[in-house]
Amino acid sequence: MAWLKSLTQRRIFWPLVALAVLMCFNLFFTPHFFRVEVKEGHLYGNVIDIIKNAAPFMLLALGLTLVIATKGIDISVGSIVAISAGVSAMLLGGDLGGVPKNPIAFAMIIAVLVSVLAGMWNGMLVSRIGMQPIIATLILSVAGRGIAMVATNAMIVWLYIKPFAIWGQGYIFGLPVSIFVVAGMFILTALATRRTALGLFIEAVGINPTAARFAGINAKNILFWVYAFSGLCAGISGLIVCSTVMSADGNNAGLGYELSAILAVVLGGTSLNGGKFYLMGSMVGALIVQTLTTTIYAFNVPPEIAKVVIALVVLIVSLLQSFNFRSMVAGLFGKKVVA
Amino acid sequence: MAERAAIVEMKKISKNFPGVRALSGVDFRLFPGEVHALMGQNGAGKSTLVKVLTGVYRQDTGEMLLEGKPIRPESPLAAQRLGINTVYQEVNLCLNLSVAENIFIGREPMKLGRIDWKTMQRRATEILGRLNIDINVSRTLSTYSIAVQQMVAIARVLDSSSKVLILDEPTSSLDEGEVVQLFKVIRKLRDEGMAILFITHFLDQTYDISDRITILKNGEFVGEYKAKDLPKLDLIAKMLGKELSEFSYTPGSKEAKKASAESKKGANLVLQAKHLGRHGSIAPFDLELNEGEVLGLAGLLGSGRTETARLLFGIDGADQGETFIKGKRTNLNSPRAALMHGIGFCSEDRKNEGIFAELSIRENIILALQARMGIAKYLSKKQQQELADKLIRSIGIKTPSANVEAKQLSGGNQQKVLLARWLATEPSILILDEPTRGIDVGAKVEIMELVLNLSREGLGVIFISSEFEEVIRCSSRIAVLKDKEKIAELSGEAMTESGIMHTIAGGK
Amino acid sequence: MKSLIKIDPRNLPVLVTLGLLVVMWIVGSVSFIGFFSLQNFFNLFIDNAYLIILGVGMTFVIITGGIDLSVGSMLAFSTMLTSSLLEKSGWNPWAVVPVVLASGLAVGLFMGYIIQTFELPPFIITLAGLYLMRGLCYVISIDTIGISNQAWQDAAHAQFNIIGNNFVSLGVLIALAVVVVGIFISRSTKVGRTVYAIGGNEQSAILMGLPVARTKIMLYGFSGFCAALAGIVFTLYTLSGYALNGQNMEMDTISTVVIGGTLLTGGVGSVLGTIFGGLVYGTIQVLIVFQGTLNGWWTRIAIGFLVFLFCFMQRLFEARKTKGKKEIKAATVAAEAG
Repeated sequence: MAWLKSLTQRRIFWPLVALAVLMCFNLFFTPHFFRVEVKEGHLYGNVIDIIKNAAPFMLLALGLTLVIATKGIDISVGSIVAISAGVSAMLLGGDLGGVPKNPIAFAMIIAVLVSVLAGMWNGMLVSRIGMQPIIATLILSVAGRGIAMVATNAMIVWLYIKPFAIWGQGYIFGLPVSIFVVAGMFILTALATRRTALGLFIEAVGINPTAARFAGINAKNILFWVYAFSGLCAGISGLIVCSTVMSADGNNAGLGYELSAILAVVLGGTSLNGGKFYLMGSMVGALIVQTLTTTIYAFNVPPEIAKVVIALVVLIVSLLQSFNFRSMVAGLFGKKVVA
Repeated sequence: MAERAAIVEMKKISKNFPGVRALSGVDFRLFPGEVHALMGQNGAGKSTLVKVLTGVYRQDTGEMLLEGKPIRPESPLAAQRLGINTVYQEVNLCLNLSVAENIFIGREPMKLGRIDWKTMQRRATEILGRLNIDINVSRTLSTYSIAVQQMVAIARVLDSSSKVLILDEPTSSLDEGEVVQLFKVIRKLRDEGMAILFITHFLDQTYDISDRITILKNGEFVGEYKAKDLPKLDLIAKMLGKELSEFSYTPGSKEAKKASAESKKGANLVLQAKHLGRHGSIAPFDLELNEGEVLGLAGLLGSGRTETARLLFGIDGADQGETFIKGKRTNLNSPRAALMHGIGFCSEDRKNEGIFAELSIRENIILALQARMGIAKYLSKKQQQELADKLIRSIGIKTPSANVEAKQLSGGNQQKVLLARWLATEPSILILDEPTRGIDVGAKVEIMELVLNLSREGLGVIFISSEFEEVIRCSSRIAVLKDKEKIAELSGEAMTESGIMHTIAGGK
Repeated sequence: MKSLIKIDPRNLPVLVTLGLLVVMWIVGSVSFIGFFSLQNFFNLFIDNAYLIILGVGMTFVIITGGIDLSVGSMLAFSTMLTSSLLEKSGWNPWAVVPVVLASGLAVGLFMGYIIQTFELPPFIITLAGLYLMRGLCYVISIDTIGISNQAWQDAAHAQFNIIGNNFVSLGVLIALAVVVVGIFISRSTKVGRTVYAIGGNEQSAILMGLPVARTKIMLYGFSGFCAALAGIVFTLYTLSGYALNGQNMEMDTISTVVIGGTLLTGGVGSVLGTIFGGLVYGTIQVLIVFQGTLNGWWTRIAIGFLVFLFCFMQRLFEARKTKGKKEIKAATVAAEAG
């Protein structure tokens, strides 16, 4: 059964298994869980919902994967989502007649641009000033929400511009538009990191920053741009969020997204210690997190409790990754663990 | 004068790690009222022996006696309680706390449930006074030089129950004046009856301060001598494992001498350093390297060879002096800059500065080349594979495939991967720092031949090794370093092991 | 004594914060009528008593180089628990207080245990704690629970006059008590000094035989305890328990600690500085209120900017220190051979 062994050794195997198990678990309680019908010209069903709702997280996870691969972290992504949503909503305007204040493309580009700038800010703090990533991104996560609230004048901005809704609510070829956006970003990122030396350099910086420097890699630049990229992903994610609910709430948009995104990356196989990263794994990880959330809702549990479950999962996954914990558990069974 | 009984006796200590015999049947004695220097080159087992004594490791066989009673300390704290105290090179204190606090933390004098700062400061001043040091004990430790920090570290471990003081490379970061101060303190403690174990690389300091010297080599006990009975040359010889009489005239290899002769006519200067130096790292030096030449850097451990290499490769910034590559003044302020100028550097610390454990051998090999080519021009998998295979074959890396993770390789093979990485960049200058360390004898020869071949093809090589034999074999010229300074250059017939050793022993 | 008053460089950050506070008050008093009054100053304490208490706990955690992102949710949970026990279960206030405090202590110790024993990053574990506690709030109740308990109401409305008609609340007194305890611990107890040692160099602290593991676990317990206490004070302020309380409070607290001069990298900091940091935070909010036209959320941006400024200065300071290490020499060394 050699093919089975080599299958289980592929990094994507276990995340896919976890996803499948979760989905099947849902089957017990929602018998039509896997049913997909065609309604109103597009695919419709629980699974489709999961994919659609996971889209913003998949984008965040994409950016975070590269950041975490360099041994860093970005907890400002939630705030950047809020900033992006806020900026785009303000530029489009809440005119009840559906007339945008600025061209939609313009508003979207500016929102993304601001998000990239935010990411660059993080990148500058980490790579040039040498701040620890947790602290550097903490600053933006504090100030960012303030920026978002100032941009929206602390009001929830409602949008009535129909064309804009396509990003979060529309369908192409029966599938949600947002998933195409995610797919597009995924392909671009995968090409950029695997078809060029970028992926290799990122992994090298994460595995051994000193050796990377000695080998002639410009580690500072790499660090700068991964944070900028994380900002980009958060910006696009913010547009989708805004488009889905046709509003921007500076206070609540993106709240708690960073934890879910980090969990997605970790579940996907990328280690918090940096090094090898798995983009596809993070995508599956985001689907797992979303499925988990959906499963919890199926039990009629309020959203805040859902976050508790996510938190517990993070705790369990962290413990499993801890060498000391595995040793302790193994010790109970009289076995030894290799680091 | 009757000899006092040894306060510490270590008998037939052996300690093995997976794949390494760190210590085999080593004897060691410490006497009260003496400074005893422990000496040896790389892999001699000095630090392992000390770690056994201080409870970091437990020996596999052998016993330890303290004042005649057997001991088996299980941790540094346990050793401290027995009266065995250590002061490390990286001062293990908290720089953000005051001097007095560093001395007393964990056992601060209390009064009415509060820390009694006044008493603490008074007693700290007293203890330092015992060492003839008069400083403001309420200032933060970080405001004082490393020399003072070390004295504070010594003060911390001194109290009535201290019997043994171990000083692990205490002078590495000190300048001459500070060393004098430290030695005054050490002598005072010695005269009060303390048994002091002193570990250092600096030859002159050893003779300055020690009463007794024990030499280890490759985990084995070579001998224990009174310092006044052991001439410097003998010490060096024993550390290297040679008998003086064994030194016959060992000429450098024919090729190297030929290369040296050839390079003298119409010298093609490829690298030149003028008065290049870095405070605290290496004294200003002049260096010239010609095309097709192998310049060897010879010296004992701690003499400054790696520091020299780091300056030349741009890892450390120079405080003074200039570097010229092919006649042009170049600012080598980063490894990347050096790489772009055609310099390669094979570090001796492959674990922390070289190998990417989780990347494949192939990726490890092509990395520097790729870094030079830039992000966009990515070598195709096929190109990477071909290049990697070619180098794996030519250098003799033992691996089933180039796609194995580097961490699976043995140390020696990892070293070869590192070498392959730099060879892949086809540099014009290659700096090799201990390229043969941890490699089996057959492979050592392969590498040395490789080095000679490379020089024949026009590559300028700087070859650093602790094995004088190797340096002589490969080099057309040898720069001799001692105590963080370049003291001489040897060429032609002067390039012999005894020649090098005499230079080291006699210089300064 | 000698010529000039020498400023111990360790006190410099606190003085900077104090200076900042003074400058802000001067600017405010000059720009706005009615700004400068003793009661306004006391209001700073009344409105931010909870923040000061949170800050004391967080200061210790950050000095050791850790971080506690769960304090805001812990505060919210303790407001929920307090109001629920008082109103829904009809408990006696004297029984409620110890139970709530114990819950904070327990949660903190648990997180500290996991962080220390399994060597997991504090931010991940306390971030998980954040969501856990927030969720537990909702388990108790989704809606606000108003507190009508008479004793509690009396305590909430109590005014303690200091200097004429200017008063402070019970919360302020509690906060000041916590501050005094905090300063005492940090300056006069072994535990407190161990905290600084761990922050300075954890490896050294272990080698010096200090009880590092035990201390670190206790710290997170203390932070949880302070968060619970801050929650109780918050209920005195709002007379209710509300699950959405404390959102972003962890960031506010961390900002307060940083502005107070504590280094996020650990080893340097003071409780006193944190107080000033809290006052700066409060003053910014007052300034914005008086300004009238600015969105209240500018506070967030201003705080973020101040945190950046302080972190940046800290970085510069650190960079200069490592460069010029060798240049700093000791004072005299007696030349006698003895």
